[in-house]
Amino acid sequence: MERKNRLKNHAKVSFDARSMNEGFARMVVMGFMMDMNPTMDELQDVKTAVSEAVTNAIIHGYGVSDDFVCGETESSQEDEKTNHQVEMTCIQEGQKLTVIIKDQGVGINDVEEARQPFFTTMPEKERSGMGFAFMETFMDEVEVCSKVGVGTQVTMTKYIKAEGKEEECEQ
Amino acid sequence: MEKQYEKKYEVRGQALIYQMPKELDHHVAQQLCRELDMLVETFALKELELDFEKTEFMDSSGIGVIIGRSKTMQFRGGRISASHLSRRVGMIFQAAGLQRIVEVKED
Repeated sequence: MERKNRLKNHAKVSFDARSMNEGFARMVVMGFMMDMNPTMDELQDVKTAVSEAVTNAIIHGYGVSDDFVCGETESSQEDEKTNHQVEMTCIQEGQKLTVIIKDQGVGINDVEEARQPFFTTMPEKERSGMGFAFMETFMDEVEVCSKVGVGTQVTMTKYIKAEGKEEECEQ
Repeated sequence: MEKQYEKKYEVRGQALIYQMPKELDHHVAQQLCRELDMLVETFALKELELDFEKTEFMDSSGIGVIIGRSKTMQFRGGRISASHLSRRVGMIFQAAGLQRIVEVKED
């Protein structure tokens, strides 16, 4: 049986910039990559990287710093938040997975600086500054395009080693 | 939305053992920080043990929580530790060098 995975697949979702959607984004990417037969570690790697990128888009891109607290009534800012969309695109090309996280937020002035481990713009908020470092640790390639006032796009690639399959899957 | 985690903690003298959530991301981190600070304050705790037995997912937001709490405990002259790390959570700890500021209890 021909088991070589040459499948191309593409999915795009857009969601409000709210922290509750971080879990949603992780579930979506997990579902999307299931066909690629990832190991548990690969799955967790991608989930972690997606979580970092989406969190960045929400709290840095759109500055939604303090999301709602359970039980609190919806504030008047709610309407504003719905205009803040984070877009996630998942692309499968054989065993190559590409995830693109895009926001139309404030953008990053100095991408190189932002990618440094422990760099954070909000030390008082107890952010670890490990976001980009984690994306780089858990993915094979990470590309960041950003323009101040326009937005940020993070493109992350990972080659899934198709558990139990011996074929070369690189294109 | 479904409830993400059950809140569980145990106070033993001046020590608190806190059950960390199943998914520790930015979303739960905000509330978690407030809750831990409140508990530490209320019970005048000297020791905080974070139990990761139920934690299946953790990202850098979780690291922020731990670093922040470690500073709080240091300030109070107390200690902080972590227990029941899964292999995955252990990897995250390693990647961030957390084992240098938090005592990791081996099973």
